[in-house]
Amino acid sequence: MGDLLRVTAEGLYCEAGDFFIDPWRPVDRAIITHGHSDHARTGSRHYLACADSLPVLRARLGKDAPIEGVSYGHKVVHNGVTISLHPAGHILGSAQVRAEHRGDVWVASGDYKDGTDPTCAPFEPVRCRVFITESTFGLPIYRWRHAASLREEILGWWRNCAAQGRTAVLLGYSLGKAQRLLSMVGGDGPGPIIEHGAVAGMTAAYREAGVALPPTRPAGEGAPPEGWGRCLVLAPPSADGSPWMRKFGDASVAFASGWMQVRGSRRRQAADRGFVVSDHADWPGLLASITATGAERVLVTHGQVSVLSRYLSEKGVDAAPLATRWTGEADDAPEAESP
Amino acid sequence: MRDFAALYQGLDSSTRTGDKVAALESYFREAEPADAAWAIHFLAGRRPRLGVKRGDLRAWAAQAADVPDWLFDECHTAVGDMAETLNLVVPPGDGAEERGLAWWVEERLMALAGAAPADQRAIMLEAWARLPFAERFVWNKLVTGAFRVGVSRGLLVRGVAGALGAPVSRVDERLMGDWKPVPGLLGQLCVADSGADPTAPRPFFLASPLVDPLAELGDRDGWQAEWKWDGIRCQAVCRQGRAHLWSRGEELVTDRFPEVAGVLARLPDGTVLDGEIVARRDGAILPFHDLQRRIGRTAVTRAILRDVPVAMIAYDLLCHAGEDSRAMPLADRRAMLERVVLPLSGSHLILSTVLRGDWPALEALRSRAAEHMAEGIMLKRLSSPYRAGRVRGDWWKWKVDPRVIDAVLVMSRRGSGRRAGLFTDHTFAVWKGNELVPVASAYSGLDDKEMRELDGIIRSSGLEQFGPVRTVRPEHVFELAFEGIGRSPRHRSGVALRFPRISRWRRDKPPAEADRLETLEAMIVAAPAIARKETTGELFPDWPGAGGR
Repeated sequence: MGDLLRVTAEGLYCEAGDFFIDPWRPVDRAIITHGHSDHARTGSRHYLACADSLPVLRARLGKDAPIEGVSYGHKVVHNGVTISLHPAGHILGSAQVRAEHRGDVWVASGDYKDGTDPTCAPFEPVRCRVFITESTFGLPIYRWRHAASLREEILGWWRNCAAQGRTAVLLGYSLGKAQRLLSMVGGDGPGPIIEHGAVAGMTAAYREAGVALPPTRPAGEGAPPEGWGRCLVLAPPSADGSPWMRKFGDASVAFASGWMQVRGSRRRQAADRGFVVSDHADWPGLLASITATGAERVLVTHGQVSVLSRYLSEKGVDAAPLATRWTGEADDAPEAESP
Repeated sequence: MRDFAALYQGLDSSTRTGDKVAALESYFREAEPADAAWAIHFLAGRRPRLGVKRGDLRAWAAQAADVPDWLFDECHTAVGDMAETLNLVVPPGDGAEERGLAWWVEERLMALAGAAPADQRAIMLEAWARLPFAERFVWNKLVTGAFRVGVSRGLLVRGVAGALGAPVSRVDERLMGDWKPVPGLLGQLCVADSGADPTAPRPFFLASPLVDPLAELGDRDGWQAEWKWDGIRCQAVCRQGRAHLWSRGEELVTDRFPEVAGVLARLPDGTVLDGEIVARRDGAILPFHDLQRRIGRTAVTRAILRDVPVAMIAYDLLCHAGEDSRAMPLADRRAMLERVVLPLSGSHLILSTVLRGDWPALEALRSRAAEHMAEGIMLKRLSSPYRAGRVRGDWWKWKVDPRVIDAVLVMSRRGSGRRAGLFTDHTFAVWKGNELVPVASAYSGLDDKEMRELDGIIRSSGLEQFGPVRTVRPEHVFELAFEGIGRSPRHRSGVALRFPRISRWRRDKPPAEADRLETLEAMIVAAPAIARKETTGELFPDWPGAGGR
């Protein structure tokens, strides 16, 4: 059987259907798995994405971008290829792309995570013959802790900061990570939650899509009556060390990322605290998700490509690397904020 | 164990001195005496030798996690630290453990020493299953002998003293020499007279590098100038016809230098000298790497005694006839030192020369320090007492400016700690004919931005990879600064640099213009010819850039 999906200079291409998945160059028809900048790029002539992600994609790709939204599970037939989107559990509206052609089923995962996240639909394993999986955290050292203990850890740090009158600044991706952190701390903190402009735009898109999030204040409105000292500030990593941060005075800076699992990365980040929060599957999550697809062939992209494909091969799975230009969760490179 | 792990985290996560002292104080205020004693033991840098093989640890962890060995190695490369890799790879156990540090050390950790691998394995698996995450990390650190947490001796002393409400100086003194991690230790540290070890050394006074211009020091008459010797700092405690030689790491080294100990034993009872051990024959001081042959070996053979005789150069008197003289001004201590040492001075004990001349004359002398086998000049305030630890203001080390070469980057390996995962440990080479021969490894000297840029270049232009090591296309030239240069049979180039570090990235230089081996050979100060029968295991174990981090 020929390959239904393959990598070209433009992106992951389906020849039978003549469309691309998360292309890195402008194309005619693009299916977008989610709104992060390495997956959703401007310039294509037609986009198909999950309806839940429309507010986010419009914020990223432009108000008038030609985006068609479909709900999870809805089937679209295009040039004889049946396309449907299924929850990837990564961020709001993130989707795996299922493509079926003459009985052959392929699924491209985009970025995904299993486990609970109240800000998006949970990951849904889709049976397929070939599964294209990400591998950002594809090493056994990455094993996430339960959300409840993570929540306590973050709240504990914030309360401690508030007690000392230090502003608690929590850095994380403005799309997805920040909203998940928001929903995690909820209304239980010792003071108001302040948002960086980049975060606020994404939070608004989440609210528009109907995700319940605790009240927040834009940082631009200035300090709340009680001062910055009891606030939690959510900001993108690029804000770290910027003049923007100065207004908060004495601050404790924490970084929320899967990379915080390793002490060396924590130290390199030079943050006061590191919280292990990731929107990608950990090692057990990757293995369980791959198994659940029942795929007989697995193609491994962005991350620990050679490690995961070798491990799977040794376990008897027909696995191989697939070279793409997606990056997953960048280590410490500042996130590209606007399109 | 939980409190100790929390202390470790507290110390590890802050770089502020105040935070660290506060964490230490609150730990020692609450800790059980038995736990506190072991905590002091480990924080003071003492490490048990347990003989657990790294290969075994790897195998047990890989088994427990159900991952193949190669995958464990990949994890190790990504993490950069064995103890942390073990902690992250082995799945968490029940974590319901309440026993203290002393129990885990005495009943389990020490039981690893000399045990059969099967028994070691059982202990490790039990610890991994029962200790919660943070405790397990500290346990692994102790097992792998890599327990380090960025607490200087001075901070530890302040923390302990603060918790006990005892004077810092007393705790400092009591924690010298040969104390034991017994439950009574904390008690011994607070009592005024505890009958502590009378042969223990006093805290060393450490000099700071001179940064300000000489003019800031004021009148030349207020200062004593001596050579800064390139040897091993030692304190000699002489009691009842026996000398006890202590290194700065508070290691008893008397047996390594029997000829020195023999002379010192004849000093009056209750004499304590501070000085430097150097290799010296026929009145001439030999290069440090000759002395190196005497370090690290416990069996001192007659051949080595003949080939590399040593002497102590005495430069201070801390105790005279049992009376503490540290509070006296240096001028008076020096006068007493001369009276005590001169009658015995000879091949194995000499007095440190006091250098004469005004500031410009000293400056001229300093530039010729290498000819005297010295690293530079020491400047000591004549009115100053002998202080404890690194206190700025009274003792300055005025080293010769480092020498530099231009070398080509040929190989890199991933770093550890805050450099984990990045290619930061580099090997540099110079030209020998048309071939590049490695002469030095260096990992420090670049700022974070350059470090990352170089990491990116190595990732994209690396030629071959052997485990964590990558050969790099020889395209990048760096200026290396170093303190000394000597011949080394262990290096293919035949030369070794002392404390090399990167001083500049020479983006302007093509590799062909890097230095040649001949240039380096010409830099080596001609050393007396000495038969070299064997080489020491570690070339420069106590040199800052050599092995330990």
